[in-house]
Amino acid sequence: MIDEDFTKSLLQKHSYLTQQDSVDWVTFECVPEKLLSFVESLRDTEGFEILVDLTAIDHGEGADFRYSTVIHLYSLVQRGYLRIHSTCTDNDKPEMPSVSSIYPAANWHERETFDMFGIHFSDHPNLKRILMWDEYPHFPLRKDFPLAGIDTPLPADDVVEVTQASVEPAPMMGGPFVSSNSGSMSDSEPRAKDESWTEKKEKPV
Amino acid sequence: MSTTKEISIGDIGSRGAEASSKLDGDKMALNVGPSHPTTHGVLRLIMELDGDLIEKCEPVLGYLHRGDEKIAENMTYNQFVPYTDRLDYLAPLANNVAYALTVEKLTNIDIPPRCQAIRVLVCEMARISSHLLGMGVFGMDAGAWTPFMYTFTEREKLYTLFEELTGARFTTSYTRIGGVARDIPDGWLGRVESFVDQLPKAIAEVEKLLTRNRIFLDRTEGIGEISKEDALAYGLTGPNLRACGIDLDLRKDKPYSGYEQYEFDVPIGTRGDCYDRYLVRIEEVLQSIRIIKQVIKDFPTGAWYAEDAKKIFAPPKEKVLTSMEELIQNFMIVTEGPQIPAGEVYFEAENPKGALGFYIVSKGGGVPYRMKIRAPSFCNLSILEKLAPGHFLSDITVILGSLDFVMGECDR
Repeated sequence: MIDEDFTKSLLQKHSYLTQQDSVDWVTFECVPEKLLSFVESLRDTEGFEILVDLTAIDHGEGADFRYSTVIHLYSLVQRGYLRIHSTCTDNDKPEMPSVSSIYPAANWHERETFDMFGIHFSDHPNLKRILMWDEYPHFPLRKDFPLAGIDTPLPADDVVEVTQASVEPAPMMGGPFVSSNSGSMSDSEPRAKDESWTEKKEKPV
Repeated sequence: MSTTKEISIGDIGSRGAEASSKLDGDKMALNVGPSHPTTHGVLRLIMELDGDLIEKCEPVLGYLHRGDEKIAENMTYNQFVPYTDRLDYLAPLANNVAYALTVEKLTNIDIPPRCQAIRVLVCEMARISSHLLGMGVFGMDAGAWTPFMYTFTEREKLYTLFEELTGARFTTSYTRIGGVARDIPDGWLGRVESFVDQLPKAIAEVEKLLTRNRIFLDRTEGIGEISKEDALAYGLTGPNLRACGIDLDLRKDKPYSGYEQYEFDVPIGTRGDCYDRYLVRIEEVLQSIRIIKQVIKDFPTGAWYAEDAKKIFAPPKEKVLTSMEELIQNFMIVTEGPQIPAGEVYFEAENPKGALGFYIVSKGGGVPYRMKIRAPSFCNLSILEKLAPGHFLSDITVILGSLDFVMGECDR
């Protein structure tokens, strides 16, 4: 069982950990330098054999530390999950050690996180985009990336040569209508959140 | 004004030649997909062949990427339910339930037993529907067309039941945060029961055609063997993991939505080859029938949504139109979304394809700050790079069929 005793023993063993409040699973914040040795010891001594998920959060442009990664592990012995947060210290060139040498499952998860957030995983065997195409210049899940998308050249040069086509932002008319969480009642009425391009408003150049 | 553009895709032959020229002489580069009957969706494989033997296999994903996670950050929790249909589109009901359960974990509302029973019921029906297709198509990949006709006929009957329940055959969007879209129709349970009563006969028919079929055995036995260690290391889940001999079923280990009340067995394989994966799926269908029978036998009465959750679940329509308080409640939930407390939550449900997980970071209010979808097909496919080398080209068809993945979920 993942209970208080277990958490305490982990905190004692690994002095660099801090525990965080959580509604579901035991959550630790781990410094990036110690991440590899921590997950390795979890796998080898505590039975956390499965890395179920690895992803990142963008805390927004104003945040002190903008990016952090989240790892969820599952233990077959304890039949429970563990969550590990790690904060990237550099906002401009976010970096995190790759755990793919310990959990091969992390390989694709890290590629996806790199693809979507631009977080560089050091020592990753094959860190390239996985969902977007290789030449894609943006990181779509960053908070400053617009929902509609950004005008981007097509990956195939020969097609572009013939058609002059590019990947255009989606027309957002009738797009998701969402009310904001804050502000006065009149501001928080539901409206299309991203109105960069509608029938009435020209596409910004 | 719309304009029509003619697009030429260039010289495909020269691209193929270019890929080949990168290999030195005696090996051949083969590109399968992105649109190819074998790949069950838009998966592309770049393979390096030595004669008929695969030396390297690189899956290329993303052809069905729609940015679901970005979309989720821009709409209310209930608005996202239809998007979950389009993850594993062969079992949309199970996705709906997994998503609703995740969001509900952030709140502390009690889901009434009737709602839980409905959810278990639809999850198991979705599992049967997904496995029926998975098995049928798998048979087809191995060269047996007939079983597919049997399983598809049964699946069709299920879809009629789904249509009656949700109004849609394919994209069901059935759950809401705090409940389901509507109560079950009159007499529907009886029709589900008569469906599951006749299903074992059809399964037996499929088994007669496949399970001891010499050709099928030759094509699947010992092919695509995954060791226990590899299965765990690559994060496999669902039938693919259990076929390797690992007893991990979240319905048993981390019971949700009242699964602990029902009796069922978790089939596990021994070798972890394509044949084992097929056998596990057959048995899971039979176990799902068992669960469904238990649910129907003891179907709870009472509310089918969380009545106390005034800020989360919209009131019934007739009350909205007659009572002021409910009208306001309905207006607030529709415009601002269900009010979910701040926090982070990760939840996985045992879906037909494996563990479908949602990780939600909420800062309060009706819109998630960040949502990550942990797709089982994505993880299950990641082993392909390791699994395919050493097999013959013709085995790739069978291996892909046995992994039973869905690209809608893989690419999100």
